[in-house]
Parts: sequence; C-alpha cells; structure tokens
Amino acid sequence: MDLILDGLRKAILLIVSLDREVWDIILLSLKVSGSATLISILIGIPGGVALAFSRFPGRRFIAAMVNTSMGLPPVVVGLFVTIMLWRGGPLAALHLLYTPSAMVIAQSVIAAPIVAGITMASMQQLDPKLILQIRALGATRLQMLRLLLRETRLPLLAAVMAGFGGVISEVGASIMVGGNILGQTRVLTTATVMETGKGNFDTAIALSIILLLLAYSVTLGLTLIQQKRR
Amino acid sequence: MAAILDARNLTVQRGESFALNVPEIEIEDGEVLALIGPNGSGKSTLLQALALLLPPLSGEIVFEGRRIGPATGQQELISLRRRMAVVFQEPLLFDTTVFENIASGLKIRGLGKKEIAQRIAPWLDQLGIAHLAECSAKKLSGGEAQRVSLARALVLEPRILFLDEPFAALDAPTREKLTDDLEAIFKKTKLTTLFVTHDRNEALRLGDRIGVMFGGRLRQIGAPEEVFGSPVDEETARFVGVENILHGTVVSCDEGLSHVSVRGADVQVAEVLPEGEHCLICIRPEDVTLSRPDEAKKTSSARNRLAGVVQNIVPMGTLSRVTLQCGSCGISLSALITRQSLRELSLKEGEPVVASFKATAAHAIRK
Repeated sequence: MDLILDGLRKAILLIVSLDREVWDIILLSLKVSGSATLISILIGIPGGVALAFSRFPGRRFIAAMVNTSMGLPPVVVGLFVTIMLWRGGPLAALHLLYTPSAMVIAQSVIAAPIVAGITMASMQQLDPKLILQIRALGATRLQMLRLLLRETRLPLLAAVMAGFGGVISEVGASIMVGGNILGQTRVLTTATVMETGKGNFDTAIALSIILLLLAYSVTLGLTLIQQKRR
Repeated sequence: MAAILDARNLTVQRGESFALNVPEIEIEDGEVLALIGPNGSGKSTLLQALALLLPPLSGEIVFEGRRIGPATGQQELISLRRRMAVVFQEPLLFDTTVFENIASGLKIRGLGKKEIAQRIAPWLDQLGIAHLAECSAKKLSGGEAQRVSLARALVLEPRILFLDEPFAALDAPTREKLTDDLEAIFKKTKLTTLFVTHDRNEALRLGDRIGVMFGGRLRQIGAPEEVFGSPVDEETARFVGVENILHGTVVSCDEGLSHVSVRGADVQVAEVLPEGEHCLICIRPEDVTLSRPDEAKKTSSARNRLAGVVQNIVPMGTLSRVTLQCGSCGISLSALITRQSLRELSLKEGEPVVASFKATAAHAIRK
C-alpha cells in the first residue's frame, strides 16, 4: 500500500515540479503518438472508404487482413520495422533505427488498420440509398466523400480515439525500434518498463499515472467533440 | 408539348434477367407522369435509369436535347444530374439541421450563403416546415422528414423532378396532407415530374398521364381515363382496379354496339368488335349499379342487366363491395356501392339482386 501511496506522491511531485526529464518524456510521447495517429488517419480513412465502396478481386481478402491487423501485436510490428530499418535492410539507407521517426513508423503501422477497419465498418453501415441520394443531388466524388465523412463523424472519431489509445499505450514496438534512449526516444511506456525493471516502483507508478491522465485527457477532448450534438 | 426527357430501347440487366426493357418513354415539359405497377415491376429501376443514377445495358436517353449513352463522361453526367432532383421513399436526410439538409444540394452546386438562404425561405413556408429549420433532422417525424426531403429537391428548381414512392412509408392522414400540398405545388410550378407509386389513387390524382408497368415493361401509357377506362391487357386491367373481367365471344356488331356472349348471357359493349372474336370484357365495380329485382326496370336505363344472388358484402370504408353470382350464367360480379345505397336496398347475403351496367362502361380487350 505504501508503495502505491509513494508512487502517487511522486507522480504529483514530478508533475508539479515540472521535472525537465519527465516533461521531455511526456512531450515526446505526445509527439510520437500524435504524429502516428495523424498518419494513420491519412492512410486509414481513405483506405477504409476505398475498401467499403470499391469492388475489385481480393477486396474481401484485404478487408479480412485489415480487420485482423486491428489487433496486431506491437512486438511483431516492432520486429518487422526493425528488420526493415536494420543495417542491410530495405530501408537501412534512411538511418532511422533508434530515432523517434522509427517509433512513428511503427506506431502508424499499429494504428492505421484500427482506423481503416472502423472507417470501413462505419461506411458499410450507411444506407446504400443515401449514396444514391447524394449522387442524385449532383455531387462529385469528392463532395460525396465529404458528405459521407460528415455522416460517419461519430464512428470516425471513435476510430481516431481507438488509434491514439492503441499507440500511446503500446510499448513493444517503441522499445524495439526506439531503444528507450534518454532524451531521444524515451517515452512514457518505455520509461515505465525501465523503471519497473530497476525496481523504482514509485517512479514507474508516477509515469503510469501520467500516461493514464494523458490518454484520458486526449480521449476526453475527442469525446466532447463527438458527443457535442447528442 | 415537347418532350423534356426521352428514352429509347432502354434495357437494364440485373443478374441473368432483364430488370427493364422499355422501347420508348417520353416525359413532356410541364407534365406529371405517374408510373404505377406492383412491387418488382421495374418502376424504380426505370426512374433510376432516367435520373441517370443507373447505367442502362443498352439504349439512349435524351434529356433537353442532350444525348446520353455509354460514352457520356462522368463530369457531364454530374452536370446533367444537377438539372434534376430525386426524392426517394425514405427521406435519406443527413445528420444535421433541417436547414442544412435543404441547403445540401445548393451547396453542392456551389451557391453562396446568402443566395441559399433566399432560395430556401419560400420552400420552408410552402411545405410548412419553417419552424423546424434549426431542428436536427434526426428528430423529425416521418411526414416532417419527407417534407424536408421534398424541400431539398424543390429548392434546386430542377427541370425534372423524380419521385420514387415518396409517400409509401407514411400513415394515411400524413400521406393525404402531403399529397394535397404536392398537388398545389404541381399546379403552381408546372414542374415536369416522374412520379412512381403503387397506389393507383395517388396516380389518378396527381398524374396528367399514367404509365403501367409489369415485369420490367411499360404495358400502357396514356391519359388517366384511357388507362383506367380501356386497359390493354388483363394484368393492367386488374391493377387499375377492374374487378370484373369476363371471357366472352363476339356474337354480332351493329352500329358501334357489340353483343358478346358470356357463358350464354348477352353482354352489350359500346365498341366495334369483329364477330366470332374471343375477348375479355372489363367492367369497373363502381360502374355496376344494384337494384332490387322488382325495381330494376324502373331505376336503371343500362343496357346490361344480370339477375343474381348476393354472395357476400365487404365494408370498405365509405363504400361496400357486394359480390353477386348471376343465376343463369354463373357469372360472378363485384359492385362498389355507398353505404347509404346498401342501407336503402337493405341487401343481405343470399338475397336476389339485379346488377346493371351501361354498354359504355364495358371495355373489351381483344385476345
């Protein structure tokens, strides 16, 4: 019990005292996971829309792959991205391994299928006649897409929340491709793993609480937008 | 009148079979063409093909002089669709306010805020939804939602309006009120309209011309009195409400009056028919009058008079349907009479009755 109370005390202290090292970790976590979420939106929403409406051979196969990838184990992604960026790997020339960019890539791979899968499902549950009505209104493809996105904005925000929640809390891929280097690639999850490993439970608890608060406040913001008109 | 929309040799395929096969259909400027037919007869498919929402397998559509075929580009199709408007059976509103819903088509056409507001205001009043303008479309009743859908189409001031069973999902009083309003709008705007419905009364009320569809084909198209009075085949006759269809053979024809033998009974039809030909005699139930046997001669001047026995009486709102079996020939006839007539005649099942109908009320379909 003391352990938890100490942890709580330390968390408050770390936040209130504006500990430089902790702030760097928080900011990097936000930067990496925020960028990854943004990239996953840019890939996942158009991809989900395309999978929902286009007809081509193998569409169902790809849709099943996307749905499976919604639960992709981060360590598998970490391994895959590491191999790609490793010396002699296909993307070795980019020299990205153990940089925040590598973490963004890995987290994007985790979040994009989540966003794509939810987008696809939400588009497919629209009344097919609504699409006919939008065409009858004289919409171009782009106008149609805009209207459909507006119509599915609630599930799409849920997709963004799920994507962000998935990557801000993952540790396997980040530690593998980032390396948990202080001041460079250390984020809240990797720091928590390290502090726990060292037996610094109070710091680990403090970091966990900060992580939870961070995830909660970002999700709260998105939820408020989502529920505004309900 | 000039045709605003004209389609020739239109076929649409769904799966293995043809969902539509229409050699020719024209919609004239300013008319309301009502398309009726049972479910699955291809009415909505034809509407969607004409509204350029469904690419036909073959055929050609000419809209305001512009030929549309398989080679017509997407951009041009969009610009042609922007001169049309469609209202479906479901309101299909967007999850936003009523005003924004009505504005959606205008926004797609790139109109400015001020112009949109100016164009919408009169339609909000006309359709009685001004008080709902800022409401969420998701909170509307079925009738209100369909009014918004109509407003969204009408505000576009289309050259042609397509209505695909717009009232089918509404309750009777709401449907009545909306039909009244739509009738007033048609009278005022003279808007060219293709109106699909399975309700023949709606078609009769709103249509300047009526087309009847069966099995993907347009069986008959013409003025309401022509379609309802002189259907071209048995299925069309039944669909337009002809309940009495009798098989007979023409015995003689003299001065425009044909005598047709129906199971031995003589039925006179005010049409020229070739002797010896088999035909179907169509008599609408509302054209059959009933009287007591002792009063039949006094009360009716109709040429056709058949004595029979009341089989059953079915109340149908303000009217009652009386079915009778004619004694000598075994012909079964239906008559629609008012409740008051029923009371006055004090008819009961099993009682004798005389059915009369004019020779002009009988229409022959030649086989």
